Amino acid sequence: MLTTKGPIASRRRVLAGGAALAGALGAPAISGAQARPVRIGLLHPVTGFVAYSGAQGRLGGQMAIDEINAAGGIRSMGGARLEAVLGDTQAKVEVGVAEVEKMNEAGVAAIVGCFQSAVVLATTQAAAKYGIPYAVDVGASDLITTRGLKNVFRLKPGFGKCVDEAIKALDGINGGAGKVAKSAVIVHESSEFGTGTAKLLADRLPGINIEVREVIKHDNPTRNFDNVALRIRSLRPDVLMMSNYQNEYVLLARTLHQQRVDLAGMFSVLGGGFNYKFAKDLPDVAEHMMDYNHWFAPTNPKAQAMKKKVEATGTLFTFEVYLAYNAVKLIADALERAGSADKEKLTAALASSTWADHFMPYGPTRFVDGQNQGGEAAALQVLKGDIEVVYPAQFASAKAVFPKPKFG
Amino acid sequence: MPSFDILLAGIVNGLAAGAVYVLVAVGLTLIYGVLHIVNFAHGSLLMLAMYATYFLFAKAGVDPYAALPVVAGGAFALGYVLYRGVVGRFAHGKDENILLITLGLSIVIDNLALFLFTGDTQTIDVAHAQRMVEFGPLFLPRAKVIAFAAALAICAALGLWMARSDTGKAIRAVAKERQGARLVGIDVDHVFAVSYGIGIACLGAAACLLMPSFYVSPSSGHAFVLIAFTTVVLGGMGSFPGALAGGFAIGVIESLGGLLLGEQLGQIGISLAFILVLLLRPTGLFGARR
Repeated sequence: MLTTKGPIASRRRVLAGGAALAGALGAPAISGAQARPVRIGLLHPVTGFVAYSGAQGRLGGQMAIDEINAAGGIRSMGGARLEAVLGDTQAKVEVGVAEVEKMNEAGVAAIVGCFQSAVVLATTQAAAKYGIPYAVDVGASDLITTRGLKNVFRLKPGFGKCVDEAIKALDGINGGAGKVAKSAVIVHESSEFGTGTAKLLADRLPGINIEVREVIKHDNPTRNFDNVALRIRSLRPDVLMMSNYQNEYVLLARTLHQQRVDLAGMFSVLGGGFNYKFAKDLPDVAEHMMDYNHWFAPTNPKAQAMKKKVEATGTLFTFEVYLAYNAVKLIADALERAGSADKEKLTAALASSTWADHFMPYGPTRFVDGQNQGGEAAALQVLKGDIEVVYPAQFASAKAVFPKPKFG
Repeated sequence: MPSFDILLAGIVNGLAAGAVYVLVAVGLTLIYGVLHIVNFAHGSLLMLAMYATYFLFAKAGVDPYAALPVVAGGAFALGYVLYRGVVGRFAHGKDENILLITLGLSIVIDNLALFLFTGDTQTIDVAHAQRMVEFGPLFLPRAKVIAFAAALAICAALGLWMARSDTGKAIRAVAKERQGARLVGIDVDHVFAVSYGIGIACLGAAACLLMPSFYVSPSSGHAFVLIAFTTVVLGGMGSFPGALAGGFAIGVIESLGGLLLGEQLGQIGISLAFILVLLLRPTGLFGARR
């Protein structure tokens, strides 16, 4: 479903009516006083099995658009306002591609989206046909920015860098605990995101002297993780590495807790279900779980202000919200510098971006083949019901608890 | 090859998972047996019942097991009203209309749920259900043991009620020969609505047993519906004992398939069993030969 949001159509009608009236009264024409709005496609899976994450992404994108419009729009374009063109991928590749076609017909200047790597791969390709600049908010696969598509930009790091950094974090945390973790089992979902991440993990873990005892793949949705728990118990790994979307992440964690599977740690990379809600709803299950994921710079006042604003609406400040928010802001900065919504000029402006007005721990942007080079995630842990940053040290708000206490 | 203990645990886990499949399938097969239609709204109604369980717990602190009579009763009332007000009314006596109506209901319910509850995943934390129960070498989560025992008890009670009560006898009469039942004075439309209501009440019970160890989101009911369809065909369309045996069989096949072939490839076991039954006994394990 494709919908537009904003008061532009009615305002234009009013202006047109006003101009006609002024003409009739012999007054000077006022048409052209208002700059044309710039349409931005917000493409997310707001229905289907990752609907929550999609809705969070859409919320972040819309918040950025509302904020930019409230601050006077794109100044270099005469105060042009941004107008959201909303698209729903339904978590399906073919639907996502169809939505890009519709967005192209709707005349979007750029697209922000769209959460799942598999859908991002297809939709960025579809957007490339029309040269539409595409800012990937969430979508972890390294393939997204290594296919030579000139229209694709990603602010956050891909799973290659995330796994490398996660491995460093795990090694650091494990080293601090006297290297108690010597073996691991990897459980991952079966699409591009989980499979790609698991492959990298299986490749890197032996490098820090952690033997990978088994890699277990599961579908989305999975009804039951009892057997996976059974298998993990029999393999007796020290750590469990996870890479799954929200529902399966929560179900797996809960099953392992119910079955009292003792592990030194559960460590996910870009864990889809690791958020404040998980920590609040299932505190016993979530306690001491670790995740390497995107995180805002905790001391940045803008991040704190936005967190407050989002939480005041009863919504959680999850990574989908602030990554989509910053992706829209990245495009707005490029529009400001390009002074035009022309796709080629906008793509060039994005490619040369040195935008620093974000609240991620990244520094100014620098894109190489569409991938921002400064992007960095953080190791997080649920401690006493809250989420704390435990790595890297310069952003850490707490010390990691590892190994976690055994079940009584 | 996994050890004997692991295989044994896999079978027990499969039986525990199968108990919920049984309840979902019993509802489906009852509706099919009496109304001769496949209820496409089954997954969506299961999801609604799961939300009811969730809200009773989250807003009123009602334990999901204590909520079972309320949720099952509410589900029965919803099913009865849905049949009387929507399914039966707009079907005009045509089975193909009923199929389309239940499909339409499913779409409406799913989207309403998305609108009202958002796509967020909801879970409930029932501390006593998290404890483990020890059976010899096996450790089972209490939630699974309760689900298994409760599903068996509900099926036994339902079977007894169908065999002994007047309404149960009327349902069986309508299932067998609706014209004849009408001729002897049975209110067939009422029986249809009651049967639909009981089918949905089974979903209410399943929802209460599922929630302590599962989650609910607007799409979560569908995860169980394909399994329930397979169970019903495997056991025999419209057969009560078939749904019982089929549900447990599917649970065990799924579990052992996962253990032996891996979580993803293990699902192939269900399809293989399904194809084998269709080849060797097309009416299902307990289906009547025509």
